[in-house]
Amino acid sequence: MLLQVNDLVVNYGVINAVKGVSFDINEGEIVSLIGANGAGKSTILKTISGLLKPKSGKIIYENKEIQSQKAPKVVAEGISQVPEGRHIFSGLSVMENLQMGSFLVKDRSKIKQTFDEVFERFPILKQRKNQDAATLSGGEQQMLAMGRALMANPKLILLDEPSMGLAPIFINEIFDIIKEINKQGTTVLLIEQNAKKALSIADRGYVLSTGKVQLTGTGSELLANKEVQKAYLGG
Amino acid sequence: METFFQQIINGLSLGSIYALLALGYTMVYGIIKLINFAHGDIYMLGAFWGYYVINVWHFNFISALLSAMLVGAASGVIIEYFAYRPLRHSPRITALITAIGVSFLLENGMSYLFSSNTRDFPQIIKQVNYHIGGVLISNIQILILVTACVLMVLLQLIIKKTKMGRAMRAVSVDPDAAELVGININWTISFTFALGSALAGAAGVLIGLYYNSIDPLMGMTPGIKAFVAAVLGGIGSVPGASVGGFIIGILETFVQSIGLSAYKDAVVYFVLIVILLILPAGIFGKNTKEKV
Repeated sequence: MLLQVNDLVVNYGVINAVKGVSFDINEGEIVSLIGANGAGKSTILKTISGLLKPKSGKIIYENKEIQSQKAPKVVAEGISQVPEGRHIFSGLSVMENLQMGSFLVKDRSKIKQTFDEVFERFPILKQRKNQDAATLSGGEQQMLAMGRALMANPKLILLDEPSMGLAPIFINEIFDIIKEINKQGTTVLLIEQNAKKALSIADRGYVLSTGKVQLTGTGSELLANKEVQKAYLGG
Repeated sequence: METFFQQIINGLSLGSIYALLALGYTMVYGIIKLINFAHGDIYMLGAFWGYYVINVWHFNFISALLSAMLVGAASGVIIEYFAYRPLRHSPRITALITAIGVSFLLENGMSYLFSSNTRDFPQIIKQVNYHIGGVLISNIQILILVTACVLMVLLQLIIKKTKMGRAMRAVSVDPDAAELVGININWTISFTFALGSALAGAAGVLIGLYYNSIDPLMGMTPGIKAFVAAVLGGIGSVPGASVGGFIIGILETFVQSIGLSAYKDAVVYFVLIVILLILPAGIFGKNTKEKV
C-alpha cells in the first residue's frame, strides 16, 4: 500500500470539514474521491500535502507517518499536488514555472530528462515556454500545473478538480493525460465534481459526503450504483 | 542648459541612493505585503557601521561597503525573525504598527547607545571635481552612481537567473503553490530581507560619503522618500523602484535649484498624494489580470 489515510479529522477554520475519513491507495492505481461541494475533498488533499494539519488521525505513506510534516517535506517524499484552480505562477514564464516544479531535485541531468518528458507530453508548453504563464488559456494552465507537479518526479500525484472551468474538449484531453501519466507509473489520487469522468478512469473510488466516506467500490461498481447515479451522475 | 544638466547629475547620484532603498521596500512588500518602516533605519545602521570600521579598523571603501551590506543583511534577517515572523498570520495593520515600533527602537536605541550627535563621516576617498562642458561632476558622485548601478544589476540577475530568485518571485505571487513545489517560505522571506537590507546598508555608506554627516535619525526622511519612490514605481515592482528612486532624486534637486529648498521634502509628499490619486498602481504597477 502506497498511501493509507486512517480516521482523519481536519478542522478548516472553525468548520469540522473532515470527520473521520479512512481510505487507501495501492501503488499504480487511480483512486477517485467524489462528492458534492463542501464534502471535504479539497481539505483531505491539502492535509495529505501538508498545507493543513489534521486534528487527529494518521496519514501513512510508504510505511511512514507524514501527517505532521510540512508541505516541502511531503514533496520531497514523492507526493506532488496539482492544486484546485491551477495556481500557476503568473509573471513567471512557462519554463520558469516548470523549473519551480523541480525545486527540490538536485540532479541536473534528471531535471533535463524530466523536462523532455514533460514537453513530450505537453507539446503546447514547449511552444509557449517563454511566454508569461498568465497568458495561457485555462486548459493550457491546467497542463502547466500538471507539468509542474510532474517535474518533481512524484510517485503519487494529487489532482484537485483538474477539469474545473475547462471547455469539454479540454476535459477529455486532461482525463486522457491522467490515464497516460498513470500508465507510465505514477499513482493518482483524483478528486472531481465531474463524477462520471472521474469514476470511468478510476480503479477504485470513494464517495464522500459531509466529511465522511459513504460508499466505496471499483470505478465501474460506483458508476453502476443507483444511489451514486441519483446523487452525482444526474440520475 | 548647464544648470539643467548639473541638476540631472546631482539628481542621479542622490536618486541612486533612494533607488537602493526603494528596492528593499518593494521586495519586502512583494513577498509579505508589509511596508517595512524600519527599512530606513537599516540604512542608518549601515552608515554607522561604515563610520566605525573606517575610523577604528581603517577599512577602505570597498571593505566598508561590503561589510556594511553584511551588517544590513543580518539586521534585516534578525528583525524579520523576531518582529515580523510571529505576526505572519495577523492582520496587516498589526505588522505595520510593529514595523513603526522597530523603527523607533532602532532610532532611539542608537541615540541612547551612541548619543544623538551628528558626526562627520570619514572621507576615505578624496574628492576630485571634474568640469565637463560647464557641468561639475565629482568622483564621489560617479562612485555612488556606479556602485548603485552595479548593485541593481546584480540584484536583477539574482532575481531573474537564480533558483532563489525564482523562489522569491514564486512566493510573492502564490505562497501556497510555492510550498506545494517544495519551497521553504520562511527561508525565502529571510533571503528577501537579507537582499533588501544589504542594499540599504550599502546606501548608508554611500550617503555618508555624499553628505559627510550621519546621525541616528538620518534614516527617517530618506526612508519615507524611498517609500514614495517605491510607490511611484509601483510597489512590488523591482524595476519600478529603481526608476522611482531616480525620479524622486532628480525632482528633489530640481526643486532645490529653483530656490525652493525649504519645500524639497514637501514636494516629495505632494508627489505621493498625486500618485495615489491618479495612478495608484504606480508606473510599473501590475494590473493583475488572471484567466479563469
